Order: sequence, then structure tokens, then C-alpha cells
Amino acid sequence: MDLSPIWLTLKLAAITTLLLLIIGLPLAWWLSKGRSIFKIIIEAIITMPLVLPPSVLGFYLLIAFSPQHGVGKWLLQTFNIQFVFSFQGLVLASVIYSMPFMIGPIKSALQQLPRSLAQASYTLGKTERQTFLKVLLPNIKPSLLTAIVLTFAHTLGEFGVVLMIGGNIPNITRVASIAVYDSVENMDYATANVYSLILFSFTFVLVIGVFIFNKAHAKSPLE
Amino acid sequence: MISIDIEKKLKAYSGQQVLKVNEEFADGSITKIYGPSGAGKTTLLNVIAGLVQPEKGVIKVDGITWLDTNKKIALSPQKRMAGFVFQNYALFPNMTVMEHLQYASNDEQWIKRLLAIGKLDTLATHKPEYLSGGQQQRLAILRALAIKPKLLLMDEPFSALDAGMKTALIAGLKLLFKELKCTVMIVSHNPQELEGLCDGEISVNQDYST
Repeated sequence: MDLSPIWLTLKLAAITTLLLLIIGLPLAWWLSKGRSIFKIIIEAIITMPLVLPPSVLGFYLLIAFSPQHGVGKWLLQTFNIQFVFSFQGLVLASVIYSMPFMIGPIKSALQQLPRSLAQASYTLGKTERQTFLKVLLPNIKPSLLTAIVLTFAHTLGEFGVVLMIGGNIPNITRVASIAVYDSVENMDYATANVYSLILFSFTFVLVIGVFIFNKAHAKSPLE
Repeated sequence: MISIDIEKKLKAYSGQQVLKVNEEFADGSITKIYGPSGAGKTTLLNVIAGLVQPEKGVIKVDGITWLDTNKKIALSPQKRMAGFVFQNYALFPNMTVMEHLQYASNDEQWIKRLLAIGKLDTLATHKPEYLSGGQQQRLAILRALAIKPKLLLMDEPFSALDAGMKTALIAGLKLLFKELKCTVMIVSHNPQELEGLCDGEISVNQDYST
């Protein structure tokens, strides 16, 4: 039994989640402050992968980063980086595809905090960065955890977008969801079942873990 | 000396309302700000602290210009460092009583003294959700004082305190204000509440225009 698709999937999900945490926190914070047209456009672009067919996103990424022309050619010639049919391509696609799952919960949670929390911190002489790290972020822990787990779990389940930009190269781009599809194509239902069961169990445990953790923080309005 | 001359549009159902204030406050004075609900008392404090920008105005504190809309000067709240007691307390749910004060100040002796004045020394390790309304309000006052402000803005600071606690706290605060040479502005809609504490008062009434 080849478990490399499972390890590759976990590696992809971990790297994507980490990158999105680094990108998503400041971006969500910036989006939570004010509602300019520019911010609305950026937010719409970030949200697009939620409603767009994954194959459409994958198709555009494939065209944009094709090493034959444009940006893809320039990246290959200048930095020797190739995004198409490579692991870094999967990471790029996953970051774009899972971004709304990281940004959405964090942005909503920040917007729901009373404005006076940040204001109180400012009047104590604290900078915006100090206020974000010491006051705002610790008070949105459940949403932060939800965002991390959703991003991770969503990346585990990617199919269309990774297939388009990564293909099906063993040990490089053959993630678990593609391995399931490939096994079914080859009528190997037993292998497909093992991959599916591992993905299902892993995702279920993750989601239930978050619900249990957040249950402690959630309060009924009748309490 | 603090001089304030500002104009700020207020959101209201009954047409447009404009908050106009033109006052001077002596150093070390304690002024009661009163007026009907919706008159703009809280907005005035927000404008002074730099949390809200007025359409027009000048604010000078001890010769330093905090705000001059003509000259496009508007110091940030961080630079103004006006102590602010929020009406909703604005306590940080993730911090204990002690952590609130340590976030604002590194002076352990000062923090100890504040805890004693606010009678919160036995609750230092408690988070706001485990404090009563009155205890939360006292913590909000202590936190604002922790930065040793030259100007203290208080929005309904004693509304959740019982009579005995209010008298004791006000006596302690009076001494602190004197020691800090702190100018204080206190918003209240209860004229009797601050008797014996304030040495001046201003009334806030908005102008109505369409």
C-alpha cells in the first residue's frame, strides 16, 4: 500500500495552513478595518474560490504559470521556479483556493469585537500592532482555531484545482484525493477505500475537535 | 491649560445635529460635563482623546496642539495619552485585573497602590467575566489611571457603584488627581452624583440644523 499520497496531502495542508496564517492574519485585520471600495474588491477576489468551480481556478493558474509564456516563462528563466506540475504549484493553488477559509472567520471575529477594546488600548499608548497581538488576537482564539482547522481540512479535500495545475505525478503532485480518483479509474476500489477512509477519519476528528474546543467558549444567550 | 473649540456633526434621526464646544479648562480642574442623552457628551470625550475626528476645531493642551483642522494637525490617541474610562468599561476579556494594569504600566508600586484604592487587590488574578459590574467599573478607572495621565476623561464612571463604594473611591481618586496634577473631565447625566468632587461644570447641548 503506497501511503505517499497521504503524506504528500498532509505536507501540502500543513504548508498551506502555515502560509495562510502568515498572510491571512494581517490581511483579515486590514479588511476588518473600514469598508472602502478597494477593500470590497479585494475581499471579493479572496472570496471567489468559494463560488468558482475549482477547475476554472486551476485552468487560469495553469495558463498564468505555464513555462511556455508570460509570467511562468519569466519565473522559470529568472528564478528557475516552475509552478506547473510541481509541488510549489500545488502550494500556490492551495493558498489561493483555501484563502477564504482562513480570512473569513478571522475577519468576522475581529469585526464583532467592540471597537472600544482597540480604542482603550490606543489611549494607553499602545500601537496598532501591540493592540492586535495583545488585545484583539487573544480574544478571537476560537475563530482563529476554526480558521486554521477549516483551512487545513479544506486543503486535504482539494481535487479540481490541484489536478489542473499539478497533474498526477507520484511523490510530487499525487495527493490523496487524486489517488482516490486514480484508483477508481483503475477499478482498484480497495485502495480507493483506504485512502478515502483515512481522509474521512482525519477530517472528521479535526472538525469534531474544533467543535468541542469551541463549545467551551460558546455561551447560550439564556445562560 | 486645555482649550477646546470644536464642531462635530452627530448622527441623529431628527435632521442633522452639530456638537459645538468652546471651553477652557484650568490645569488640575475637575469638570462635570452634563447634558441630555444624545447631546454628544461621549463624542466630545472621543474627540478630545483622538478617537473621533471633528469636522472643524482646535484642541490645545499645555501649549501643545493636539488638533488643528485648518493646519491638518491631529495627534494620534497614542500620542495624546489621555486616560479614558469608557462607559462600557472596554475591559480586555483575555486579561486578569493585574494584567490590565501591567499592560498599561511597568510601575509595580503604582499598580499596587491603584489596586488598594480600587479595593481590587484580592481580585488581581480574576478576569473581567468573574467581576461584578462595580468591580469592572473600578478596574476601568484604575487602568486609565495606570498611565499617570495629565488629562483624564471619564464617561459615566460611577454609574455601577453603590453609595458607600462611590464615596470611598471618590475620596481616594481626589487625592490621586491632586498628586498627578491631572485635569479631569467627567461625563454624567446625574447632577447630584458628583457633588463635592467637581470644581466646575459645562453643559453640552447640540445645535440643530437641517
